Amino acid sequence: MQIFEDQERPEKMSVDKTTVAKIADLARIAVREDELEPLAGELNNILEWIEQLSEVNTDGVVPMTSVVEVDLPWRADKVTDGGYRDDILANAPQTEHGFFSVPKVIE
Amino acid sequence: MTELTKLTLAEARDGLVKGDFTSRELTEQHLTAMEQGRELNSYIVETGEIALEMADKADHMIKAGNATGMTGIPIGVKDLYCTKDVHSCSASHILNGFKPKYESTVTANLWQDGAVMLGKTNMDEFAMGSSNETSYYGPVKNPWRATKENGELGTKDYVPGGSSGGSVAAVAGDLAIASTGTDTGGSIRQPAAFTGLVGLKPTYGRCSRWGMIAFASSLDQAGPITKTVRDAAIMMESMASYDIKDSTSVERTVPNYEHALTQDIRGMKIGIPKEYHMDGMPKEIEKLWQQGIAWMKDAGAEIVEISLPHTKYALPTYYIVAPAEASSNLARYDGVKYGLRVEGDSLDGMYKNTRAEGFGHEVKRRILIGTYVLSAGYYDAYYLKAQKIRTLIAQDFAKAYEQVDVILTPTSPSAAFPMGEKSDDPIAMYLNDVFTVPASLAGLPAISVPAGLSSDGMPLGLQFIGRAFDEETVLRVAHVLEHAANFTAKPKVWWGDK
Repeated sequence: MQIFEDQERPEKMSVDKTTVAKIADLARIAVREDELEPLAGELNNILEWIEQLSEVNTDGVVPMTSVVEVDLPWRADKVTDGGYRDDILANAPQTEHGFFSVPKVIE
Repeated sequence: MTELTKLTLAEARDGLVKGDFTSRELTEQHLTAMEQGRELNSYIVETGEIALEMADKADHMIKAGNATGMTGIPIGVKDLYCTKDVHSCSASHILNGFKPKYESTVTANLWQDGAVMLGKTNMDEFAMGSSNETSYYGPVKNPWRATKENGELGTKDYVPGGSSGGSVAAVAGDLAIASTGTDTGGSIRQPAAFTGLVGLKPTYGRCSRWGMIAFASSLDQAGPITKTVRDAAIMMESMASYDIKDSTSVERTVPNYEHALTQDIRGMKIGIPKEYHMDGMPKEIEKLWQQGIAWMKDAGAEIVEISLPHTKYALPTYYIVAPAEASSNLARYDGVKYGLRVEGDSLDGMYKNTRAEGFGHEVKRRILIGTYVLSAGYYDAYYLKAQKIRTLIAQDFAKAYEQVDVILTPTSPSAAFPMGEKSDDPIAMYLNDVFTVPASLAGLPAISVPAGLSSDGMPLGLQFIGRAFDEETVLRVAHVLEHAANFTAKPKVWWGDK
């Protein structure tokens, strides 16, 4: 295998500044305008490298859903644990009246 | 008194039970060593008071005749494990100040057996890295330094590997008898190889992931980092358990792993995958691998050449699957429930500002990649494709195990490298995990064993990959290789007062 050498990489599916801004918005990460271009470059490098997967024939291959062969366990639909309101709120940056509090969303 | 920090876990266990020293003495010596070794930056938080309390409790257990293999053993705990009321931040700023109100199952198992927590060890942020240079708490230094041509110890700092960099640096520097690590694509095995230690990633499902801060849920697995194979066997037994709180943990009896260390591998079939011979790999790695093969033959094993044809695609597959899962897992950090909050002009603005400031660059890069490959229109081309190739990779292994019992490979394509050398090139950094990622994608148990030194005196490791849930064979062959390699080198102490 030859993964140490820089190979010619196809230039499809590349992302531009607009796409990076859109992804960042979906991921809820604020990105400054001047960061978009360098990020697009970094993401394209990785995506171009990943592109080599397209040469693998996966016709009729079942996608992996579980890495070990196990049946997921079943249990009765009953409450078995809980009642830790204060513990759950203990690490919150801001709480009010036993609730998490966030900036106002309705005017 | 002799230096108790130099003991292996098995030696410490035996000494404690015989009454040669107490856990308090053993723990105190480690706390002193930790103070001396702060320059390594292997611990984010030292928990000396808790350690001494736990040590006293362990000494009572020993006196009462209730000792287990881990009773009284001082260990480092990777910052990724939730430990009740103690800093647990996965070395990320976004979890700033987080002190969970609960204990992870793996650490709870260890405390139940009487182990002693020395502190929380440093790591790559959210376990994303191969050099421990992405931690919010600063990089970890490898206790090992390369030797110059004139035979003197160099002064350059080396990375300890990652992501469990603090865990390995603590053990290699004798600041802990052993430590917990976690492995998603090689994060136990590669740093163990870089620091002359043993690192075991068990089968996916062997350890509960409950209370481990998630990175990539279908890959993350807990495991021990130790000085010897025997130590790994002892600690693995304590960490492993079926846990109703983790639906992917597997209900299987945990064997006595130490019993597997028979030194007898006669007739065992050991596979050598031809695809792991890589162009551009340093000659000394190839040579070490050949040496490992010779040791196995000498011990009576049969060597079989095998093929794992999809090896080449494992890394790019991993860099779709892991970021995709990470982008989902890390969606929970929103400035509401725990950790950092940075205000904004709206709820969305608060989310975005918090996540911009709280995540480091590598983490953001992976969240963005993950978000992209899961986004509408690209899901089939990337994520589904990757999960199909993952099936092919697992099938390669399944086919190989029709012929062989275990597989021998190098752990990493190089020895530890100087700090800063690869931090600007993500793909060069990702290539560190080229030999460890395939077993992760297939969920298989794998171990790294120190096998030799590079020409400039840095440790090198070999890896065994076993069948699912056959940690015993993995440990047995590793024990034979450890014996043959007789790796006794230790880093020369350059930190602290010495």
